[in-house]
Amino acid sequence: MKTFPIGGVHPSDNKCWSKDKAIEVLELPDVVNIPLAQHIGAPATAKVAKGDKVLVGQLIAEATGFMSANIHSSVSGTVTAVDMVPNGQGIRQMMITIKREGDEWMPEIDRSKDIVRECSLEPQAIIAKIKQAGIVGMGGATFPTHVKLSIPQGCVAEYLIINGVECEPFLTSDHRNMLERGEELLIGVEIIAKALGVKHTVVGVENNKPDAIANLKKIIAEKGFDIKVEPLKVQYPQGGEKQLIAAVTGRQVPPPPALPIHVGAVVCNASTSLAVYEAVQKNKPLIERVVTITGETMATPRNLLTRMGTPISKLVEMGGGLVEGDVKVVNGGPMMGRAMVNIDSPVTKGCSGITVFVGKKAHRVAVDDCIKCAKCVEACPMGLEPYLLIKLSERQMWDRAEQERIPDCIECGCCQYTCPAGLPLLDYVRLAKQTVMGIIRARAAAEAAKK
Amino acid sequence: MTVLFTILTLSLLGILAALILYVVAQKFKVEEDPRIDQVEKMLPGANCGGCGFAGCRGLADALVARDDISALFCPVGGASTMEGIATYLGKVAPKKEPTVATVRCGGVCSKRPKTNEYNGTKSCVIASSFYVGESACAFGCLGYGDCVEACAFDAIHVNPETGIAEVDAEKCTACGACVKACPKNLIELRKKWPKNRAVYVACASKDKGAVTMKACKAGCIGCGKCAKVCAFDAITIENGLAYIDSQKCKLCRKCVNECPTGAIVLKGMDPLPKEPKVVAKPAEAKPAAEPKAEVKKESANE
Amino acid sequence: MANKFIAAPAPHMHNPHSTQSLMRDVIIALLPALAVSAWVYGLDVLKITAIAITSCVVVEFLIQKLFIGGRQTVSNLSAIVTGLLLAFNLPTTIPWWIIVVGAVIAIGVGKMTYGGLGKNPFNPALVGRVFLLIAYPVQMTTFSQPTVAGYVDAMSGATPLASVKSLAGDASFAEAIGGVDFTNMLYGMMPGSMGEIAALALIVGGLYMLWRKVITWHIPVSILCTMALFAFAVVFFGGERGAVLYEFPAFHILAGGALLGAIFMATDYVTSPMTHKGMIIYGIGIGAITMIIRLWGAYPEGMSFAILIMNGVTPLINKYVKPRRFGKTSAK
Repeated sequence: MKTFPIGGVHPSDNKCWSKDKAIEVLELPDVVNIPLAQHIGAPATAKVAKGDKVLVGQLIAEATGFMSANIHSSVSGTVTAVDMVPNGQGIRQMMITIKREGDEWMPEIDRSKDIVRECSLEPQAIIAKIKQAGIVGMGGATFPTHVKLSIPQGCVAEYLIINGVECEPFLTSDHRNMLERGEELLIGVEIIAKALGVKHTVVGVENNKPDAIANLKKIIAEKGFDIKVEPLKVQYPQGGEKQLIAAVTGRQVPPPPALPIHVGAVVCNASTSLAVYEAVQKNKPLIERVVTITGETMATPRNLLTRMGTPISKLVEMGGGLVEGDVKVVNGGPMMGRAMVNIDSPVTKGCSGITVFVGKKAHRVAVDDCIKCAKCVEACPMGLEPYLLIKLSERQMWDRAEQERIPDCIECGCCQYTCPAGLPLLDYVRLAKQTVMGIIRARAAAEAAKK
Repeated sequence: MTVLFTILTLSLLGILAALILYVVAQKFKVEEDPRIDQVEKMLPGANCGGCGFAGCRGLADALVARDDISALFCPVGGASTMEGIATYLGKVAPKKEPTVATVRCGGVCSKRPKTNEYNGTKSCVIASSFYVGESACAFGCLGYGDCVEACAFDAIHVNPETGIAEVDAEKCTACGACVKACPKNLIELRKKWPKNRAVYVACASKDKGAVTMKACKAGCIGCGKCAKVCAFDAITIENGLAYIDSQKCKLCRKCVNECPTGAIVLKGMDPLPKEPKVVAKPAEAKPAAEPKAEVKKESANE
Repeated sequence: MANKFIAAPAPHMHNPHSTQSLMRDVIIALLPALAVSAWVYGLDVLKITAIAITSCVVVEFLIQKLFIGGRQTVSNLSAIVTGLLLAFNLPTTIPWWIIVVGAVIAIGVGKMTYGGLGKNPFNPALVGRVFLLIAYPVQMTTFSQPTVAGYVDAMSGATPLASVKSLAGDASFAEAIGGVDFTNMLYGMMPGSMGEIAALALIVGGLYMLWRKVITWHIPVSILCTMALFAFAVVFFGGERGAVLYEFPAFHILAGGALLGAIFMATDYVTSPMTHKGMIIYGIGIGAITMIIRLWGAYPEGMSFAILIMNGVTPLINKYVKPRRFGKTSAK
């Protein structure tokens, strides 16, 4: 069975809590906060002001330039504020606050359950529609999808790889989508493949989701899709873009600034494909997504179809609420998710799950001295040496860190996960990566200025 | 016989090695202005980097090489050292008023409630790139001591009771290392008055008044009362935050009594006697917070 | 709210390993060899082991308390591992005070002078052993006979390596190892240091550590393969043919400290290289140096010296041997 070539770890996948829970529709929130920055790139520009009435699916903020994404209202009601609101990390961000009144949708959105397979649009029209719908990568990276599908000059896309790996422990939202909405998802894949004009389309799914693999294979056989399902060995971080390309095609993306397209591959998340289907065939912008609420101690873990901007506290409540004592509420999975200090912050496009840890598991393990066991080197999927990078970072030796290829780091957390001494490897590596990237950008800017 | 041979060979080897070393030393000798050594000796030798050079040698190099040394200054040695060096080199000594590092945060534990517990690496730069901090204030001192690490003079410490970095003005040389180290840009080099007297706004929060108040009782809410009372035009209000220009301030202390939240800190001197209008103060404090909130809202809507 | 929110950057999960659990696994892996040794040599073995472990732990505790300060590190069990390994390198006839001296050197000089676990360049147990070997050569090479029933003395009191070496000068390799009983060597029925004799038990311990992912295969396999190949080459190019071609390599792997060194001493985390490639280079170095000392050096056994020499090379290996970076091989 295929997997990626270097490193990786095996955290226990903890999917058992929520993988058999069918997707439920979360009741509509009374108030939503919709951030203008839900994607990588420039924040969108607000198109509404306090007092405006909006409908579900109405454009409320427009992409600022190419590397940005549209944002649509997820409820119908009145805009009560366009102001700074603290996000999950307590940092103030521009958000549009809408008070919900009823549930009125934009008339052009097709809300029927009929599955529409036929798509006669040209590639450019498909990409335009995806851009219009404000679709971004829903696995957590939130890279605008229309940017990803616009192949730069001189590059050819050979492979479209759909990321159904969901290698993050606990999360099951992609899993449920592949099980319950497989056909629509595959039509979405077909549409993306058409937009790109690729030869091979592969859905990569980790082997711990045999039901999803079987379901997709069955639909492909019955409905005649030209799509291959590739079961992959369970290994974190297989859902990393570069790791997935290597696992499926055996090609390794060269170090930055090279992009996946340089080896002829484009990777899209499974849930993103579903959103593409809805956008292109049903005119429905990205206003809701499946969010897993899970955790070992949650009374009722669920997969909830949630409108963007819903307070995360509402999901936590649906999951059974927080128990007393120390809690860590993580936006995303345990390996790369962000711990929150403000759970009234909203669900955004990249939020695939909420994982709750309590008691001892909410805390990090005790820190010891490095014993040079080399487990971090073995675990690093990019072939770096975290034990060395942490020292360089502590001593602020940024030049050396750059030579040691710190910009390659994908911040997957394998090193810190595996470190028996419990060292905060990634804390320091991330710091060094940010600093070095800053230095590289400054150098590039200085060189550009010289010319 | 053997002994003799041994002694001879070893001596020969020694002489040979000495010769090689001598030749090499001569060949790679670097001619240097002897004054650089002398100037370096006159500098404090802390190698703190406060002058902008990597170490004292770097500054000494520059001092000897440049004709106009007005841009060079050793904050550690101060005016007297620079005077001495300038006299030695026959150049005009640069002039700079003595300054001292000042931490612009007064959000002690009792005034600024904790909303969460930070469990990551205890480093301000790592914590601040991750999230807001252990309180709701996104601007205040985190207290993990990046500045303490940066200080070569043992002049800044995090007070375990308040959770805030405090500067020992006696030891502080104003080298600026802590200013660079602080990811929240809280530390400022301010004019150093005799007896370590100081008046400054111990807050850097650019939040709206109401938000600041909620996060920290000692925060500046931008009410502007201090600016009104200042006779020297030293106080400006920007982004809902008062700032006292230490060059213009004459330490008259009027603003200190005006401040409704106590965000203006007075050090090294007694406060002015409180005037009888104390009764009116709390009443004034509240409406004062209002105008600021409105100003912000307007700008946000634009 | 009754909840306290805990915040920290990702990752939020940690694998169950800790320094302590790794050390515990090493100790467990050493137990079979200890048991065999006790069976072969009697209860003296346990006494020596107890003295070695106790003195190592006490020395580490005292140095940490008196000189270094800070958190006590004894609880990470590494001192126990050092004590066990030191004991494994001693003959059963050793007087108790020499063990204590060994422990002081191993922990005091070999480890704590550098700042404690993780910072020592040389394997502490080996530093102790080599010191004792040079300081007390007689006591360190006086091996008692196995006391277990059924043991037949074929080697006249010396270790197999020593007896073979003494013969090797004037006999062919085939004659030199002619009297070797391989079955006895597997079970540990031969004179030698306490822990090095039981080949099978050591291999079992090694397999346990591999299974628990405490070590990887790279170091032990590269050492043993190098030794075998080296031995084979020496015999082959020495012009000998027949059974000795495989018996001689097998003898060198089973005899002396080869297995103990390859599985437990060379794999010491702190003093071995960080990358797989580096580990293989390190292993080849140890294997080759060991064989050179064994065949042409003054000592019958060279494992300890070989490991210490390669420990010294480790920082250099770490500097120049980098892991396989992602994306370097198949650029389009």
